[in-house]
Amino acid sequence: MEVRYWNQHLETLPQSELRQLQLERLREVVGYALQTPFYQKRLKKAGIVSSEDIRSLEDLKKIPFTVKDDLRQAFPKGLLAVEMDKVVRIHSSSGTTGVPTVIYYTADDLDRWTDLLARSIVATGVGPGDVFQNMMSYGLFTGGLGLHYGAERVGLTVIPVGGGNTQRQIQIMRDFRTTVLHITPSYLLHIHQRLPEFHLTPADLNLKKAWMGSEPHSENTRLKLQNLFGIDIYNSYGLSEMNGPGVAFECVYKNDMHVWEDGYLIEIINPQTGEPAEEGQEGEVVFTNLIRHAMPLLRYRTRDLAFLHPEPCPCGRTSRRMSRITGRTDDMLIINGVNVFPSQIEEVLMSIPEVGTNYQIHLSRHEGLDRLTVKVELYSKLFTGDLSHLESLKTRINDKLRASITINSRIELHEPGSLPAFEGKAKRVVDEREKL
Amino acid sequence: MAIQITVFLENRPGRIQTIANILKEKNLNILAFSIQDRGEFGLMKIIVDKPEQARLALSERGMACAAKPVFAITAADRPGNLETLTTALAKKNINIKDAYGFVSPADKQGICYLEVENPQGADLGRLLAEYGFTLIADKDLYDL
Repeated sequence: MEVRYWNQHLETLPQSELRQLQLERLREVVGYALQTPFYQKRLKKAGIVSSEDIRSLEDLKKIPFTVKDDLRQAFPKGLLAVEMDKVVRIHSSSGTTGVPTVIYYTADDLDRWTDLLARSIVATGVGPGDVFQNMMSYGLFTGGLGLHYGAERVGLTVIPVGGGNTQRQIQIMRDFRTTVLHITPSYLLHIHQRLPEFHLTPADLNLKKAWMGSEPHSENTRLKLQNLFGIDIYNSYGLSEMNGPGVAFECVYKNDMHVWEDGYLIEIINPQTGEPAEEGQEGEVVFTNLIRHAMPLLRYRTRDLAFLHPEPCPCGRTSRRMSRITGRTDDMLIINGVNVFPSQIEEVLMSIPEVGTNYQIHLSRHEGLDRLTVKVELYSKLFTGDLSHLESLKTRINDKLRASITINSRIELHEPGSLPAFEGKAKRVVDEREKL
Repeated sequence: MAIQITVFLENRPGRIQTIANILKEKNLNILAFSIQDRGEFGLMKIIVDKPEQARLALSERGMACAAKPVFAITAADRPGNLETLTTALAKKNINIKDAYGFVSPADKQGICYLEVENPQGADLGRLLAEYGFTLIADKDLYDL
């Protein structure tokens, strides 16, 4: 198998040198972290007042974990380490309870991030001459823009079409002889189902490879999609807290994802105790961003569960590989690639007086796309008897939900007391989507 | 004016039966009803002999229901009467929100329940009389 590198020196750095590089970069980002109100307080408590206090990678353990809620508490600028005029990009997500989270990048941060994406792209055997159709959403979501700039740096022909509009996607694939896609598994499956409408088969297209991300999927789904299209599919992993996509990426061996350890320091912990998991055991993935200076994040708990492969990969890269995400430590839902917390939906519903206390979140899949149905009970005291009020209530609920979770939902109105009343949150979610 | 009880119902088997059963238990008599289907839910509109008792009985059982005034109009059963009625309303620029009507074949009597925007009872009564319609008096509708 042909193995190509983007930065052979860094990608094949011996483990000892890699750890030394991580230490240098950790000290650098701790220096930046100490510029932020949030970490100043927190690190001081842990006895770290200067980057000199980090003497070895072992000292990482002195640093307390950072969690999603810290990002909300620090909103908007509590984690900003540079002057605003040094910030050239902002990405944002909606957060779990209405308060958004924000990520800042300097020009150098974007440059370092883009370089890791270029590395990811080349690791999958893609290069100049390839035509890349980016089907991930552009905008505040990092999935679209991240791969876009990485692909331009490598020298691919980039088609920044974004998500949705299957007819146009298929036309573009055919007209421009697209060779590479960045796509979610459910959407790739949907495209396959729609091809006959256009009198096309996968053989009529020029597809060679796809990078698949944003949605958990099994090895069987990968194999099925590879067979359907006759292409190679590579798994990818990222999150906006760690810049976006390109935190870990599969190489041509497709044997789980290389974590770019010179950019992201990974730990696997027991989510209950916070102690390191045994080598090779599953646990919660914790990352320290070693390359972002505008907004440092140290020991960030992702809530994703995965494990690390300690053994080396035949591609020669020295960075360790992480498994696909095996689960979550919280109740986060992924709907058409967008992260949604049931608590966000609850908060919106409870702000609407005409809605009763019980509700149900229903997930199904239609034509390859997820459908979110929110079932709510009418609050009997505010029922007016007017149909037009009920119709406008449904519209209002959807509008308010979309403002919070960014996606559309179907609203169903139910009689008071008709939906199951649950003690725990988890059972309010009914997920009927076929596992991918 | 007549009082119409509107009940919110999920669109699934047995819901209308539940309403009918609640009214039966209280010995309430249904004079007219109609149902508006809206997909996953519907609205059942009911005229009963004791509207306030009906509203309380339904509310006690947790049903979302509301009472609102509607006009109950009688007219002779002959061609063109709906046209005459709606002409009268259109001339006065009165907008109909909801209406349902039927004829009792035995006594050749048409009855129409009418909900309008901005109802002004007295004026509408006079207007209808001019065109030969009668508003049913409350005492004829309800056992008071």
